[in-house]
Amino acid sequence: MVDGVIEIIVSRINYWVYIALMMIGLYGIIIKNNIMKKIIGLSILQTAVILFFVSIGAKMNATIPIIDHPNASAHTAISATHFINPLPHVLMLTAIVVAVATLGVALSMIIKIYREYNTLEEDEILPQLREDK
Amino acid sequence: MLTVFLGGLLIYGSFDFPLWGDPAAPASIHVSPYYIENTLKDTSVPNIVTAVLADYRGYDTMFETVVIFAAGIACLFLLRTYKTVEPDIQLYRHIPTGITLRIEKGGKFPADSRYFERLDSAWVPYGLIVKTTCRLVIPFIQIFALYVIAHGHYSPGGGFQGGVIMGASLVLFAIAFDLRSAIRRMGERVIMLLATLGVGIYAGFGILSMLLEKNYLDYSVLANLFAFDPASAHSHGILIVEIGVGIVVMAVMVLLYYILASAGKNDEGL
Repeated sequence: MVDGVIEIIVSRINYWVYIALMMIGLYGIIIKNNIMKKIIGLSILQTAVILFFVSIGAKMNATIPIIDHPNASAHTAISATHFINPLPHVLMLTAIVVAVATLGVALSMIIKIYREYNTLEEDEILPQLREDK
Repeated sequence: MLTVFLGGLLIYGSFDFPLWGDPAAPASIHVSPYYIENTLKDTSVPNIVTAVLADYRGYDTMFETVVIFAAGIACLFLLRTYKTVEPDIQLYRHIPTGITLRIEKGGKFPADSRYFERLDSAWVPYGLIVKTTCRLVIPFIQIFALYVIAHGHYSPGGGFQGGVIMGASLVLFAIAFDLRSAIRRMGERVIMLLATLGVGIYAGFGILSMLLEKNYLDYSVLANLFAFDPASAHSHGILIVEIGVGIVVMAVMVLLYYILASAGKNDEGL
């Protein structure tokens, strides 16, 4: 009974950590008033998704997806169980760089908003928006 | 409240997940065994991640590159201001003595020389140690970046990572010195040209393969052009594409830093 519970915890603790991270990010996006803090929340959420994808790629008793001795193994069959799944790594590799680029766009929008309204608090921006109409 | 509820729901969902590190997980039984088993035969690239990134999923990577390029352009359009308001008082530092000169409008500004340095805020310390260390370290960082790009076939690395390292070295220069001297060495026009060039290398290579009656981004055209065997043609095609990606990423990182650090004015910066 206890062994079963421990096995469940050990085999899924990584997913739970990512879920916790994701919820922290979501909380930041929904609850916080400051736009800067919303963007920090967005980044945390992104990190959770990236970690989740990378952990999907893991395999027991497998190594990194780089073939060791290319010439020696060219003739022997390469077994998929000896290398971890390269696909999530590829996807996340591009996702990280795109995340940085979009973060740059978000920050430049924030600078623009700050110049326009002199504040980053949402509850102070909204009345100013209504006045403008 | 909502997030706790949603988190609980997701944790409940995680009980149906495959165990961590299970080789028979659905994610690793469909297309990835094909990649692992055939990469060496198809492309002669030992690093499977690089091969999948630039060859099997070439379109995806191309448009990721375009996304980065578009993000750089978007930043430029959002923030860049071309109206330069010259302040009435300009500050210069005489470097050998460390004295700060305060020159009002109508005064004679010192010529651009290595004895004078323009300042924008009243108190900027002259960081000799920081500047000397950066001058020593930056060339090594850049060589490492080139190594990461070129050696991405055999070890972890590739265009994205190498480009970021290269961009980081230039940003380090801009932080340790000031933004003006960084822009003097690598102006905005050069950066935009580099970013366009990088996307052009990637997309142009695809068009080249179309002109030679193959599919878009089919690297085996190099086999016909230069008489390589098809596998090593793929390997060289990947290298060309990675260089393009590296140039775009480097240029956009530096562009983002220039614009964000000076809020679009491209003056002294941080």
